[in-house]
Amino acid sequence: MTIRIVHYINQFFAGIGGEEKADHKPEVREGVVGPGIAFQQAFGEEAEIVATVICGDTYFNENMAAATDEVISMMEKYKPDLVICGPAFNAGRYGIACGAVAEAVVDRLGVPVVSGMYPENPGVDMYKKSAYIIETSNSAAGMRKAVPPMARLALKLARGEKIGSPEEEGYIPRGIRQNEFAAERGSKRAVEMLVKKLKGEQYVTEYPMPVFDRVAPGPAVKDIKKAKIALVSSGGPVPKGNPDRIESSSASKFGRYSLQGIDDLNPENSETAHGGYDPVYANEDLDRVLPVDVLKEMEKAGEIGSLHEYWYATVGNGTSVANARRFAAEIAKELNAAGVDAVILTST
Amino acid sequence: MVHMCTVVPISLTVGANRIVPTVAIPHPLGNPSLNREDEKKLRRKLVEKALNALQTEVSGQTVFE
Repeated sequence: MTIRIVHYINQFFAGIGGEEKADHKPEVREGVVGPGIAFQQAFGEEAEIVATVICGDTYFNENMAAATDEVISMMEKYKPDLVICGPAFNAGRYGIACGAVAEAVVDRLGVPVVSGMYPENPGVDMYKKSAYIIETSNSAAGMRKAVPPMARLALKLARGEKIGSPEEEGYIPRGIRQNEFAAERGSKRAVEMLVKKLKGEQYVTEYPMPVFDRVAPGPAVKDIKKAKIALVSSGGPVPKGNPDRIESSSASKFGRYSLQGIDDLNPENSETAHGGYDPVYANEDLDRVLPVDVLKEMEKAGEIGSLHEYWYATVGNGTSVANARRFAAEIAKELNAAGVDAVILTST
Repeated sequence: MVHMCTVVPISLTVGANRIVPTVAIPHPLGNPSLNREDEKKLRRKLVEKALNALQTEVSGQTVFE
């Protein structure tokens, strides 16, 4: 019997449009759409993509509970044996949508899901426990490489076959431990590992420790009327013309911009450099991303001590974690040196 | 630091400790469907919420609804 598959994709991969169409509401189409063609080829006769559910990334992320319900009820009608989500590569909102759909499919429809993402996609950490997420490259250029392992794992899951380790199948480790028989007992393996470690040789741990990137909360600001507040944003707010040419995606730098003489952001003095959301509203009035007008008023009225003279901006769109960490360290150093007491960080 | 953003689950995943949910992804601190005056009032409310969050002691990740 042919395996029935339903595919979830976003508005971009459906060919509906880019960020200007990211508020597209869920819709279902019979058969394959966009990347589904490549999956269908990989499945051959064994499986059929019976329907494709499409939803805009912004709509999904802004209405997560309702969008999930809508998507699941559309999928349910097609009685899938398996669901494929994405792949989402390094698109953050798409990854979260794929992950949320995957989790709901497993919970409510009780069928397996395969997705695909770049390891730094925020959808990975949030949903790797719920679904098999094949590791992909960071852009859609990696589609041809992403499809074969996703299709292979999908068929295995749908047939109810045993799934191998993350290394064998190409999925991102889910943090699920499974019992298996080893040739040697644990104490012997542990001692051998220790000896290798002491000798400085390569060894493979059997239980990698999770890495939690957490910081202790800063103390509360005692007197906001005396505090110097700084604005930082990953939404790409820059002076008109983007003088530092901060990239619209995968930013390699951040900018520092003076607020001297500026009481209000407007289309004459500012714009967004961000390529990952519809820029129309930000370009009309950048206070919608960076609340300069309100904070300047508060500064004048004495509601805050002062607004730091500079704002810091980068574009958080597929930006690597390594770059983001570096930006943060440099920005924090400058803010500390300038005697800033607290930061308002805005994100789009 | 206070993080003002619309997709709170991302903020929680990346480890922000003070989080203020905002309006929408392309306009976190505004709403183009309101008139200018009401939109600014909305923005002021959100900023006040952020300042309040900064003045609140927290022991772990906290969302200021």
